[in-house]
Amino acid sequence: MQVPAQFEYHKATSVDDAIALLTRHGPESFVVAGGHSLLPMMKLRLAEPETLIDINGLDELATVTVESDHVRIGAMVRHSALLSSPVIAEHFPIFTDAERLIADPIVRNRGTIGGSLCQADPSEDLSAAFSAMRATAVIRGADGEREVPVREFHRGPYETAVAHEELLVAVRVPIRPASGSAYAKLERRAGDWAVASAGAMLRVDAGTVAEVGIGLSAVGAAHFVAPEAEEYLRGGPASDEAFVEAGRISAAHCSPSADQRGPVDYKRHLAGELTTRVLRRAARRSRGEEA
Amino acid sequence: MTAIGEKGVQDPSVQIHAAEETPRGYGSMKRKEDARFVRGRGQYVDDVVLPGMLHGAVLRSPLAHARITSIDTSAAEAHPKVHAVITGATLEGLGLAWMPTLSQDTQAVLATDKVRFQGQEVAFVVADDRYAARDALALIDVEYEPLEPVIDAKRALEAGTPVIRTDKEGKTDNHIFDWESGDRSATDAVFAEAEAAEDQLVVVQDMIYPRVHPAPLETCGAIADMDPVTGKLTLWTTTQAPHAHRTLYALVAGLPEHKIRIISPDIGGGFGNKVGIYPGYVCAVVASIVTGVPVKWMEDRSENLMSTSFARDYHMRGEVAVTRDGRIRGVRVHVLADHGAFNATAQPTAFPAGFFGVFTGSYDLEAAHCAVTGVYTNKASGGVAYACSFRITEAVYLIERMVDVVAHDLGMDPAELRMRNLLRPEQFPYQSKTGWEYDSGDYPHTLQVALDKAGYQELRAEQADRRRRFADAQRSGAGPAGTAGEPVKLMGIGLSFFTEAVGAGPRRSMDILGLGMADGAELRVHPTGKAVLRVSCQSQGQGHETTFAQIVAQELGLSPDDIDVVHGDTDQTPFGLGTYGSRSTPVSGAATAMVARKVRERAKIVAAAMMEVSADDLEWDDGRWQVAGDPDASRSMADIAMAAHSNLELPEGVEGHLDATCVYNPPNLTYPCGAYICVVDVDPGTGAVDVRRFVAVDDCGMRINPMIVEGQVHGGLADGVGMALMQCIAFDLDGNCLGGSMMDYLLPTSLECPSWELGETVTPSPHHPIGAKGVGESATVGSPPAVVNAVIDALAPYDVRHADMPLTPAAVWCAAQGHPLRPDLGIT
Ligand SMILES: Cc1cc2nc3c(=O)[nH]c(=O)nc-3n(C[C@H](O)[C@H](O)[C@H](O)COP(=O)(O)OP(=O)(O)OC[C@H]3O[C@@H](n4cnc5c(N)ncnc54)[C@H](O)[C@@H]3O)c2cc1C
Repeated sequence: MQVPAQFEYHKATSVDDAIALLTRHGPESFVVAGGHSLLPMMKLRLAEPETLIDINGLDELATVTVESDHVRIGAMVRHSALLSSPVIAEHFPIFTDAERLIADPIVRNRGTIGGSLCQADPSEDLSAAFSAMRATAVIRGADGEREVPVREFHRGPYETAVAHEELLVAVRVPIRPASGSAYAKLERRAGDWAVASAGAMLRVDAGTVAEVGIGLSAVGAAHFVAPEAEEYLRGGPASDEAFVEAGRISAAHCSPSADQRGPVDYKRHLAGELTTRVLRRAARRSRGEEA
Repeated sequence: MTAIGEKGVQDPSVQIHAAEETPRGYGSMKRKEDARFVRGRGQYVDDVVLPGMLHGAVLRSPLAHARITSIDTSAAEAHPKVHAVITGATLEGLGLAWMPTLSQDTQAVLATDKVRFQGQEVAFVVADDRYAARDALALIDVEYEPLEPVIDAKRALEAGTPVIRTDKEGKTDNHIFDWESGDRSATDAVFAEAEAAEDQLVVVQDMIYPRVHPAPLETCGAIADMDPVTGKLTLWTTTQAPHAHRTLYALVAGLPEHKIRIISPDIGGGFGNKVGIYPGYVCAVVASIVTGVPVKWMEDRSENLMSTSFARDYHMRGEVAVTRDGRIRGVRVHVLADHGAFNATAQPTAFPAGFFGVFTGSYDLEAAHCAVTGVYTNKASGGVAYACSFRITEAVYLIERMVDVVAHDLGMDPAELRMRNLLRPEQFPYQSKTGWEYDSGDYPHTLQVALDKAGYQELRAEQADRRRRFADAQRSGAGPAGTAGEPVKLMGIGLSFFTEAVGAGPRRSMDILGLGMADGAELRVHPTGKAVLRVSCQSQGQGHETTFAQIVAQELGLSPDDIDVVHGDTDQTPFGLGTYGSRSTPVSGAATAMVARKVRERAKIVAAAMMEVSADDLEWDDGRWQVAGDPDASRSMADIAMAAHSNLELPEGVEGHLDATCVYNPPNLTYPCGAYICVVDVDPGTGAVDVRRFVAVDDCGMRINPMIVEGQVHGGLADGVGMALMQCIAFDLDGNCLGGSMMDYLLPTSLECPSWELGETVTPSPHHPIGAKGVGESATVGSPPAVVNAVIDALAPYDVRHADMPLTPAAVWCAAQGHPLRPDLGIT
């Protein structure tokens, strides 16, 4: 059994309380949400926080709500809740696709949306999905809330826009009528982290791509996005040839690294292959041809 | 009495299964041991808590090869919760820094001079609890002088390669052994002929069976309790061979054997991982001696994966001489065996490459020869583990992969090629070209049953159709992903036909460090006809408590519910070599049947006395001794047991009671076989493999409890899918272990496993008392080549002839691109 080093534990009673606790306990204090990234690192002693601030009781952060033209997803919404949410399935099938492939049911029952984004693992799936959707992160500190586009949220591996004395409280995803989205991930085995994954959002207007977002994970794409491929598609035909070409472009521009999941050329190939596949699927969904 | 209470809650005092479900002997019945497992009442080593017990933790080397220049333990010793810190120097003082391995080599208990693999044991801390023990590890300061590691086995023997075993006097290279089997000159002659003849050819293929790890759910550990007053050591430990361990501790540590008691409680999976003696066990013993109180050591998951017995790591070259019309004449094999830093493989002494000699497989050959060279590398030691039947896993993989390569080169159907070359039933008992005597089998029949069950012809037709569609999509320029719709997946069909050789001894030719491979059994029948069987084998989940009770039940006409099976405690059970290599039913199962027959013969004399007839007039009928021809005059075992303990007058020379003991020395191994067919779908755009179907027809002779047999097969098939598609322990060139956690070392889940389709043929073993053969490892041995053959078959449009396991999506895609991955080294 792997055992962590000693730490202090506090249970936050509100978002403000959590922020106050983080301030009081200083840089060696960590928020714990689902704990599915933090606790394994503590057991391996890769993380040795002096203090854990538990935000699991903060139910106000655990809701999915429709607010006029967007959906607000609280930071403490569990993967499993996102997976089973009818609102999400209706507006953003990309999340439903992604959540089917993130970890396993046991992890999904505890792991949270906020924890996923804040962990900022380079292979994390939701970062790519939120980036494809051009979502906005809502961050709260002692001075109130601020908003950061998800595409500017990640500052590098395991680094985000959230300062130590702040909390990610929600992510806002715009609702786009007549659009489609999809996510695909290749894994070596159920529950494994991605070898590569891609997400796409498409809004097609009279055969022309009006809006597009392409997210990539695990392939070293800066900010989890493929801006060159998006640029290529925007304003052009929503054709199969264009999707194949967009795949080629996103493959060319990502920079995967080799590991036991595969060599660079393979991961690059996958980035392209999966990009093309999710674009096709998003297009079919935007035309109402597929749920 | 009802088993289900008012609210549907089970009354724990009642057996789970109703009595009418229990067969009187053989047949499917629920496992007796599961009542405690499903209720969380199992007792594993880590569940044992002794008064005053301390906890140990091992400091491990971060480097694969380095000289230790200094170890400073003072800060750890100053920790308020630490009781002792043991290092190699401490052990050297006791003569215990090195211990003998099961392969007549030595292995460091705690490193003194050098570390030789990443994860090697360097120091042992004893503290109040496991948290403090872990904390204190960080306080030990070890200075290393890094040395160049030897990682690529293929380069281990090259001149100028650093010597790993500098501890061995005069050692100038990394060579361990050369071993061969078969007739070299006869084989070379067949190959020379085949090379010269127009109508014959020689097919050659290199392949790697990469390093894998058994990864039992329960990791290894021990609690050592040396009683300072009695001088008796009680060792609770995760072992598959408690008696062998007791003798080894006596020989190694110089403790008197009667003062050692090994208790192996419930074991959470072994698969060969728990055959050897690990440094942590020895450290726990020393720590208990030093502190005078019990010391528990339980390794964590990464420690288990990185430091304990791995399996395989065979680099093989197979050659087959074959006629162009598909008659396989000879097989020649060269193996480079990577044994890691210490040669600690667990196998019968005379077999440094285990039973790899069974590489001739299920085929009728004119000649065969193999040469195996073992080498040291800077990796963990082991080699024989993971349900491998002493390397038959590697042997079966080699021959079954080679047969498919031959089929590929000849353009022949692999089923037809196998059918042409399989041994015929009239050839049994069959003397193989490498000296094994196959006991029984009807191979063509077993293969035919599998082909029929799979619907082989229909599958081939479907495959042809798929290939046409794939070619059309390729031609239309849409690439492997096809057009707008879903990609056209490639379908592959893979076969394997395996012969296993399990149930070691006989003891004249098989021993482990001089201990002959025979096993004891002891049977007591109480006055009321309830019985206790004591055996030397050690269940790790195989269901012995049920199967062996059923054997006794069958022989004595009792209910299995009335028979308890005791194992896993050397003070309570007769001597024997334990459970691995699928040997429990072949050896201990036979011992059980034989001891029950002894009891039955005693019972006959008592029954004769009870009925005042001559024993010669009695016959055994439906679980009773009966006067021949007089069904009304009979006695059940329960009646007889009571009489045997009563004041009934017994004939001169008969002692009374029914209890008996026996030792079973098997006359030969048993040879189970099976035909496996795997169907996969491969996504050529990603390389992802989906196992669609798996048909497994096993012949393990008599099936005592068919449900348990099927459970064993299910587990083994999942293992096979895991090894073929994802499991692997690779190393980067710095010697870092790349499979040291469950995130990196992938075990298959139910989602990767299809619904297994099982079938059976039954060819009893002619020499086993109840005709049974081993089955525990059959599916692990037989299934990997079926999966690999299926994937390679799917890749036919890319003209792939071979690719090494594990066939991860990357490996499949790279193979299709013509640049296959090497699985033993890190991907760069
Ligand atoms: C076996 C396994 C497989 C997995 N597979 C995948 C996978 O395939 N794909 C994938 O994307 N993920 C995967 N994960 C990760 C999983 O999704 C995690 O749950 C997730 O990454 C972290 O969420 P959490 O709520 O558990 O965060 P925690 O572990 O509690 O926290 C993670 C980090 O985020 C910080 N944090 C958490 N919440 C906030 C907040 N609201 N504001 C500021 N900081 C915060 C914490 O301080 C910590 O540093 C896997 C995890 C496991 C254990």
